Amino acid sequence: MAYKAKIRVTLRPSILDVQGKAVQHALENLGYSTVDSARIGKYIEATINEEDHVEAERIGDEICRKLLANPVMEDYSIELEKIN
Amino acid sequence: MDTVTIGIVVFPGSNCDHDTEFAAASFSKTTTRMLWHKEHDLQGSDVVILPGGFSYGDYLRAGSIAKFSPIMQEVVTFARKGRPVLGICNGFQVLLECGLLEGALSRNRDKKFICRHMHVKVENNRTMFTSLYNENEVLSLPVAHGEGNYYAPEKTIDSLEEHEQVVFRYSDAEGHVTEEANLNGSVSAIAGISNREKNVLGLMPHPERASETLLGSSDGSKMFEGLIEHVLG
Repeated sequence: MAYKAKIRVTLRPSILDVQGKAVQHALENLGYSTVDSARIGKYIEATINEEDHVEAERIGDEICRKLLANPVMEDYSIELEKIN
Repeated sequence: MDTVTIGIVVFPGSNCDHDTEFAAASFSKTTTRMLWHKEHDLQGSDVVILPGGFSYGDYLRAGSIAKFSPIMQEVVTFARKGRPVLGICNGFQVLLECGLLEGALSRNRDKKFICRHMHVKVENNRTMFTSLYNENEVLSLPVAHGEGNYYAPEKTIDSLEEHEQVVFRYSDAEGHVTEEANLNGSVSAIAGISNREKNVLGLMPHPERASETLLGSSDGSKMFEGLIEHVLG
């Protein structure tokens, strides 16, 4: 038994996302005038070989803080899914 | 001590390591050592330089994976002892990621990779890196980066200013810090900062690419000379 950690890393709202801005401009040019903004983040799937949900959660949180996200300018969220 | 050993860290993806070695070796009284990222030994370095490039392909975030390499554990210990550590461009990103310096670097404001000479003003010449420059001296140094937009929360910026840790700012040729001169959009036009103890410096411009007039500018040489003088005492 293991857990699949679905991790999303996003730039803090206060940080300018130039990639997202370029995408939003492209959408505007395509005629999507109601698409007000686009922000680009990262999606990481990690398999955590742990039986225990709490332990898997702890590891997920730790890897985000240590490596996957930069706390100065990024936020993260983790969703755990049980897999066999 | 009559010679200064300058250690240059080589990560997979470093691409300014040999330029840095060339610049460092061009001064008398220096020997250079290339320090592979998997090593644990700084080989007697008196100064450690983290060169520019794309360490680990800039995967995840620039500098994020390099900070866990074996050699970086040694560099952090070396820095904590007050020994000189200089991070250039990607090296600056690594120093921020490993916590020796505060803040982060994000993508340039105008989405462009900037590759040109820029004017940089010396804000603080009371460091071992900048002692041979005059205060407010304007240097012409090349930059080459896509992620050089310095960011830190306001509280951190205030603290950097208060402790005179802002060492370089982008400016125009006359030394005026203007929005136009701050090409990458850095907060407070910051081009380089030090730690509070002033023995760790990170900057986006490349002093090693401005180490002789043949390269278009020799404004970077005094940084190397200053460090060498500092070590020799």
